Amino acid sequence: MTLLQHRPPAGASEHPEHVEHHDEPTFVVKWLTSTDHKVIGINYMVTALVMFYLSGFMALLLRVQLSSPSGIGMSLQTYNELFTMHGSLMLYLFAGPFAFGGLANYIVPMQVGAPDMAFPRLNAFSYWLYLTGSITMLLGFLTSTGAAAFGWVAYAPLSTSAYSPGPGADLWIISLFLTGFSAVFTGVNLVATIFYLRAPGMTMWRLPIFTWNMLVTALLILIAFPVLTAAMVFLWTDRHLGTHIYSVAGGGVPVLYQNLFWFFGHPEVYILALPYFGVATEIIPVFSRKPVFGYKGLVFATISIAALSTGVWAHHMFTTGTVLLPFFSLLSLLIAVPTGVKFFNWIGTMWRGQISFKTPMLFCVGFLLAFLMGGLTGVMLASPPIDFATHDTYFVVAHFHQVLFGTTVFAGFAGLYFWYPKMFGRMLHDGLGKAHFWTMFVGFWLTYLPQYVLGLHGMPRRVATYPPGLGWASLNMASTVGAFMIGLSFLIMLVNLWVSWRNPVPAGDNPWDGHGLEWFASSPPVHHNFEKLPPIRSERPTWDYNHPDARTIAHGHGAADRELVGAGARGASGTGDSTTDA
Amino acid sequence: MPQGRSQAHDVAHRTRRRRRLAAVGAASLPLLLGGCQLPTFYGYRGQTSQAHDEFLLYAGTVIAAIVVGVITGGLILWSVVRYRRRSDAMPRQFQYHIPLEIFYTAVPIVIVLVLFGFTVFTENKVDNVSPTPAVAVKVTAFQWGWRFDYTNQRVFVQGVRTDNPDPVGLNGSTCTASAPTPNDCLGPGLVLPVGQTVRITLVSNDVVHGFYVPQFNFSRYALPGVTNRFDFNVARPGIYRAQCTQLCGLYHAQMFFHVVALPPAQFDAWVTGSQPQPDQGTVAQPAVGTGGTSGAPASATLPTGATGAAASPSSAAGGASSGGAPTGPAGTAPTASSPARTTPPAGSAGAARTTPSTASTAP
Amino acid sequence: MKIEARLLVGVALFFLVTGVGYWFWSYEQSGTVMLIGAVLLGLVPGSYYLWWSQRMTPRPEDRDDGTLAEGAGVIGAFPGSSIWPFVMGMGLFSCALAAVFGLWLLAPGFAAVFAAAIGYTVESRRGGTI
Repeated sequence: MTLLQHRPPAGASEHPEHVEHHDEPTFVVKWLTSTDHKVIGINYMVTALVMFYLSGFMALLLRVQLSSPSGIGMSLQTYNELFTMHGSLMLYLFAGPFAFGGLANYIVPMQVGAPDMAFPRLNAFSYWLYLTGSITMLLGFLTSTGAAAFGWVAYAPLSTSAYSPGPGADLWIISLFLTGFSAVFTGVNLVATIFYLRAPGMTMWRLPIFTWNMLVTALLILIAFPVLTAAMVFLWTDRHLGTHIYSVAGGGVPVLYQNLFWFFGHPEVYILALPYFGVATEIIPVFSRKPVFGYKGLVFATISIAALSTGVWAHHMFTTGTVLLPFFSLLSLLIAVPTGVKFFNWIGTMWRGQISFKTPMLFCVGFLLAFLMGGLTGVMLASPPIDFATHDTYFVVAHFHQVLFGTTVFAGFAGLYFWYPKMFGRMLHDGLGKAHFWTMFVGFWLTYLPQYVLGLHGMPRRVATYPPGLGWASLNMASTVGAFMIGLSFLIMLVNLWVSWRNPVPAGDNPWDGHGLEWFASSPPVHHNFEKLPPIRSERPTWDYNHPDARTIAHGHGAADRELVGAGARGASGTGDSTTDA
Repeated sequence: MPQGRSQAHDVAHRTRRRRRLAAVGAASLPLLLGGCQLPTFYGYRGQTSQAHDEFLLYAGTVIAAIVVGVITGGLILWSVVRYRRRSDAMPRQFQYHIPLEIFYTAVPIVIVLVLFGFTVFTENKVDNVSPTPAVAVKVTAFQWGWRFDYTNQRVFVQGVRTDNPDPVGLNGSTCTASAPTPNDCLGPGLVLPVGQTVRITLVSNDVVHGFYVPQFNFSRYALPGVTNRFDFNVARPGIYRAQCTQLCGLYHAQMFFHVVALPPAQFDAWVTGSQPQPDQGTVAQPAVGTGGTSGAPASATLPTGATGAAASPSSAAGGASSGGAPTGPAGTAPTASSPARTTPPAGSAGAARTTPSTASTAP
Repeated sequence: MKIEARLLVGVALFFLVTGVGYWFWSYEQSGTVMLIGAVLLGLVPGSYYLWWSQRMTPRPEDRDDGTLAEGAGVIGAFPGSSIWPFVMGMGLFSCALAAVFGLWLLAPGFAAVFAAAIGYTVESRRGGTI
């Protein structure tokens, strides 16, 4: 039995003049012209990280202003611009693109055994749209009237020309055009890649969970982003062409904006979360040395979350008094069910495993705890009466920061630590990584737990100052201290990157004993990823190849431990049919 | 592998036992909802009957969340501690456990449906609008202030941002004197009677605002083009700070108001005192305390930028001396507390941005 | 291809049920319209895939026992490197900025977009396969 198989027309051997570009361009030319999903993925990640650091810096400024009732004298306009940009950068330009443009772009083609994304040039195009969109948004700071200052949700009529004149707001709207198209193109690309470029044997029920989550995310992108683009078109025509879609005076309906925005906005939350669930689901099994527990249930849970998330948009609008409370409340509460299933999948994966706490795994545990707290408060907010009491207060701020920080930062940087060796062929320092984790973990709880209390005491969000004497100052100060701990932790990460750049420690192809096909390629992978592939008989082909004696046992109970190979291996003929090199 | 199997069963049993605890927690919600001495979990018990209903739901949900959170978090931490790598032994590569999976799908569904039941029950009570409210107030939000129209009484109160044009307090005292902290009095005062059904009709003049009274556990958007209606049954007299919660532009952070909940007699006196007096013509509208022991009258139309006692119009009736309570945004405590039936000044310190703060006759 | 088709048709069915329920419970137009849009998003490609999946033999990547040898042949065209995505991106950037800074920016924008469109096409004719 030969397990290794060369992909028969491995391109380079038959059409070298077409596929392998031996005169690969370097540096700027490479950056400008590459259509390699790996290069584009890294471009995305670097850009997203720049946005993340910028946005985090803004968050620190905000926290300094809030550390005492009257603050440091930041003007109200500056404060409004900063929190608007903090939210917009984090949500539109970091969390989403880092996941579906960065990690997914790099990892998904490798996990399905493809040489590239389905549409490489579209992929590059969508990166340029993302980059120019990011620049467009930041250009607002350079205009005389300042950047947009209406919050990342830009509720009409506040965002219309009567209340937010000036080019800053227009740049913000245009930026969402560009990044919205970028996201849609990436979504199309991901769906096509997963549907059409899987390696033989990589059935849908053998896709790694990260790829599954990215497929579902891509579908959500296709559902949600066009609605956002439409909302932005309407907003722009209201501002410049004199339409009255969102203005009462002309017979428009301001609340329509909220409906459109949140029909995008809530799926967007899951567009940000699902990829990172996938990241965590890749990492936890690897460091527990076990297959993911309840693979199929997990896939169905992901699909249910995505489906339900599209029917809950108005739970952001409970207090508008214009929405059907029981419908949205029920669907919002029901999301807790598949999310709970995921938690038990993760616990079940760790259960009776051999967990080694390398940096990525540590981040995943942080993710589980952060997301648990964020999820439970989310269930509370799904109940309209409780939302009435806490809507637009710091309780909500703390809730969604725990969810989004928990997913995009804890799980996102877990992914970065996890796949960095694959991307650059060198390790990140584990000790520095752990220092990063613990500083961030403590800072995280110190930042957000006081905010829950502040919210319950009635401190509204998006306020630059608050009255003294209400007992809010010390809690806010604690939150600020926590935020600076988070800031410090990301300086440690920069040090870590610098150390790995200066003193590279070779990683080898498979430093973590990984499961997916990406660990079968070299580190960093060659231009079209694979020179050879193992037979694919479960969702973790590399593991099966490296541990032929430790195949998945499908059922942990029952009359006999049938040696089924992987999920959905109905034929159970997995091991015998490999052929020799073609 | 019989041993492994039995261990797996043990795991299932253990989990099941814990989940059963969770189910018990959820089932005991009604009991908890009956009792009033729940811990507050940092929330407000609520000063209206609607708010109290919300608080019971909140406390019950928090308890359920703590139970679920402790179980799940405990399982996570247990796995992390118990199954950390100690050897190179290969763990058993199991992947499915159908009964367990069905179990941990079904239990959350039950919990969620129970929660949904309580939610709908509470929501119907909170959102219930009485057909016969005792007092109707139309609240208009604008950048960056509030106007409260007592539509049937021909009285309105209006103020912008942090100024406090209407320092009505409890028992005839000033607001800053009777509020827990002076800063609870920022912004215009929404004077409400205790123990009666108050209908609030909420509209916005320009952008979206948020009408939020923390101690009422309630917020609602003031949406342009939409009229929202809801009821309050305030339980106790008091001063309750309140604020706009939905970002509405530059001065959003300063768009305060407060609720002054008065006993019905005081409320009626305030209303009467604020109504137009036939003998005053159109020029001066000093507020009038109309007899009784308590009538904290409302303030009159002020010259813009008036501050402190100097602006205090003389009392037309009652004869009590002016209280002289400074009511600027800083909310320093009044130096001379006056007896009942004062006519406090309505100093609108430095808040002459739009409309002069008024409490006078409705047109 | 069957699972892909079922996934998309499932999306359509879910939103159909949700949308119908939502409409008859709330009679709210905007949400219903968006849910119908989501139905179409699943239905249009989903029905196409479903139609095809009934008529094609399962691809090697659809079968549990598919081997790499069965995947032999040309996978598709994968251009190595290309400047045109960048040019087109900059063109669109320029067009978008025209909405803020003045319509004159449309001129370089359209020029770049057209150049890139032609460049794409010419390049594709020349392009390689793997």
